[in-house]
Parts: sequence; C-alpha cells; structure tokens
Amino acid sequence: MSLLIAEDLALGYDGRIIVDHLNFHIESGDYLCVVGENGSGKTTLMKTILGLRSPLSGKIITGGGLKQTEIGYLPQQTQIQRDFPASVREVVLSGCLGKMGMRPFYRREDKKKAGENLAKMGLTSLSKRCYRELSGGQQQRVLLARALCAAQKMLLLDEPVSGLDPKATEEMYELIAALNREGITIMMISHDIDAALTYGSHILHIADSVFFGSKEEYLHSGAALTLREGGANR
Amino acid sequence: MIEKLILYFQYPFVCYALIVGILIALCSSLLGVTLVLKRFSFIGDGLSHVAFGALAIATVMNLTNQMPLVLAITVICAILLLRTGQDTKIKGDAAIAMVSVGSLAVGYLLMNIFSKSSNLSGDVCSTLFGSTSILTLTPLTVALCAALSVIVVIIFVLFYHKIFAVTFDEDFATATGVKANAYNLLIAVIIAVIIVLAMNLVGSLLISALVIFPALSAMRLFKSFKAVTFCSAVLSVISAFVGIVVSIIAGTPVGSTIVGVDMLAFALCYLIGTVPRNA
Repeated sequence: MSLLIAEDLALGYDGRIIVDHLNFHIESGDYLCVVGENGSGKTTLMKTILGLRSPLSGKIITGGGLKQTEIGYLPQQTQIQRDFPASVREVVLSGCLGKMGMRPFYRREDKKKAGENLAKMGLTSLSKRCYRELSGGQQQRVLLARALCAAQKMLLLDEPVSGLDPKATEEMYELIAALNREGITIMMISHDIDAALTYGSHILHIADSVFFGSKEEYLHSGAALTLREGGANR
Repeated sequence: MIEKLILYFQYPFVCYALIVGILIALCSSLLGVTLVLKRFSFIGDGLSHVAFGALAIATVMNLTNQMPLVLAITVICAILLLRTGQDTKIKGDAAIAMVSVGSLAVGYLLMNIFSKSSNLSGDVCSTLFGSTSILTLTPLTVALCAALSVIVVIIFVLFYHKIFAVTFDEDFATATGVKANAYNLLIAVIIAVIIVLAMNLVGSLLISALVIFPALSAMRLFKSFKAVTFCSAVLSVISAFVGIVVSIIAGTPVGSTIVGVDMLAFALCYLIGTVPRNA
C-alpha cells in the first residue's frame, strides 16, 4: 500500500520552477534515496512533503493511515542549535509535542516513549548531557530519536551524515538500515550515491530528466552514470 | 542604613516599586533565553523605542492612563516586526532598525512640539532611563502591572514546551503539527507586553538589558533549557531586588542601578563558567 504518492509535482520558489513533472510513490517498508546535484530541489521536495511549503502545482497524497504530521523528520542542523542550551532528553521529548494539541505538559506515555527511543539510539547514558557538547554523530542520533518520537511509520532524512567522520557515517547508515528492517519507511536525501545504492531499495534521481524506480532499474539506466561522473568532477 | 530602609518601606509607594520591580524582572527574564537563541535580541530594543514613541503620543493626547494605548501600539508593532522577519524585501534586522529609530525620532518630535511641560528634557530623560518614575506609580498602574505579569508567567508556563520546540527547531515543530507561526505570534505579543511593563521600571533605553542579561548569565552556568530558564528568572529577581534597595540607599536612578547589578551578575557568571568542572 502506498504511504505517499507525488503526482505531477512542480517545485520551486518565487514562481521559479526548479523541478517539474515529479512523479513517484513510496510503499510501506521502502527505503527511498533521493539523489541529485546541489540546488536540484531535494530539500525543497522534502519541505513540500512535510507541508512546510506548498508545491507550485501537482499534489502529494498520503495513504495507508499516514497523516502528513506523522512523518518524522531529521533536518540539517541549524546555526541556532550549535549553541543551544538543551539537554538530550529535552530535545528528544520535544518530538512528542506534535500530538499534544493544546495540552501543556508531557504525559507519562510521552516520557516513556522518549526513554525507549533514547535507548534504541544508544543514548540513555547521555540523556542528561547538553546537546551542544555532543559529537556530530551523537547529535544526529539525538535528532533521530526525536524524529522517532514524532513518527512510527515514516522518516524523512535530510543529509543525515553530512559533517560526520567515516566511522560515525557508517554507524548512522547502519542505524537507519536497522530502523528500515523494523518496518519504518525511509526517505533519505543524500549526496552519497554509493550509500544510496548500498542501502536504498528505490532511487529518485532529480536532474534535468527525473528518474524514479528500484535500485536495479536505476543501475541499468544511464542516470547513475551521469551522477557519478558529475560527482567526480566536483 | 537598616533604619533608612525600614523608614522607606513604611511608605506605600516604595513597597509598590519593589513589588512591581520584582514582577517585571521575573517576566522579562522568562523570554530572554528564547530571544537570545532566536537571534532576536534586538527586537526588545526596537520595541522599547516604539513604546517610547507611543508614550509620547499618549502624553500629547493628555491621557490619564497611558498604558493601554502604549500597550496596543507596541503589540501591533511586535506582530508586524515578526511578520516581516519572514520572507520580505526588507530583512528582519533592517526593519527593526528602521522602526526603532523612526519611533524614537517621532516620539521626541511630538514631545517637543506639543509638550506643555516646563521640564521637557527631564520628561524625555525619565522616559528613556526610567529615573524616578517607579517611585511615583499609582495603585492602578501597580495593579495593572501585577495582573499582566501574572498572566505572562501563566502563559509562559502553559506553553513552555511549545516555546522550547519553536525556539530549538521551527521546521521540525511545524512538520510534526505544532503551529509554530501561532506560537511565534504569541512570543511577539508577550514580548511587547513585557516591554511596556518594563518601561515603568528601567525606562525604554534599558529594557533590553533586563531581557538579555539574565538569560546570558544563566547560559554561562547551565546546560539544559529548563535550568537556564529557571536560573535566569532567579538571577533577574535577585538583581532587581538588590538594584532597587541599592538605589533607595544610595539615591541612584532605579533603572540604571538594576542594569548595573545585572551586569555584575553576568560578570560573575562568566567567571564561574570559565572554571572547568569535573563532571
């Protein structure tokens, strides 16, 4: 069953179109990697799916009992967060806020869920530490735990390994793959085409001509080659 | 010295000043952390100048109770400034600079043209720096200040977690269904209320100090949002109390004395913060 279908999307801002005629669908349990050059509209696509901005035309349909606000999101880090005084637990708990409505305080279930997700990400011992003092890889795991508090079915990851060292990168990919094996649908933006082909089940390649299909189809198309060459030139 | 204090506290207006001062200090410190972290430190400054302009208008109109009008104008400007913070031609900081300098100029101009007072520079000076105005508060203003302060504290406590989320990561909050824009609006309105309140205490030029210093001091010492917020509230209340008492004993202007104590507290926190902890 499709969790999310994009129908003839056109994305951009200030009336300028960046990507046109974007069609793809994500099935439950998929691991979709979105690849493409800088500025090709990957992050814009992600923000559109999350409802942070509206598409110029076309639409996004969610299905399979998934609401738009139930998609977990791992954003790229912002400047503000680098000197933010917040404990790991506070950050992870804030993932539960979306479902609170007007209720002002966290319930016991929220705290329990935050604790479980902290444990899942191996952060229990760090829960009282200050977020800004953690390593890059630990910070990403905190944000992943927060995303898991907001969503059970689907995660959107925007460059989850940017700025991480090779070991932390490997750990992050393994963690995401493990979540995917548990049945969480993943959509990941990545520069790293090798990782996309290692871990992804489907590829969405945004370029002048958009490719969408399974990994195997992608490998047999010409699209993979152009990105690799493009990547080598950069 | 003690006798002097006891003598002073027998006068109701001194007690009013102390009550109002402490309430205002508590409120103004609460949102300081959010403002500093959102890089909005200057919104407080801009809005306080707007409040000055509004006060000039109220003075010219000969209103007996100026606070409602000042409050209304400042809240509207806060909302407008926050709106322009998002996608517009004039960027946030430029808009703040424009509004703040503009209203300062218009305020002074109005006071100059229409003022019937013989001591114009004294009036302007006390609006800008607060000087003795806190000791001349009427019971009505005290009641209004107290009520607004209590409302601000209640709203802050009720929306504390949402304010945290919107400050830490607005995009994530919006994406997971938190109405970030509504909360940004709420933050703007609360700031405006706080600034109008604080104007009675320290005057419009020194308000930012009341908002920013306790937050910055607390951020030197603590590492979780809750601890920082709590610490900045406590620091702010203590500084206000010490500042008012010192100003009574030494006969110094209330506003600048409180800000001076805030600065001392910051210096102290900074020093403590540099000592490495074995944790």
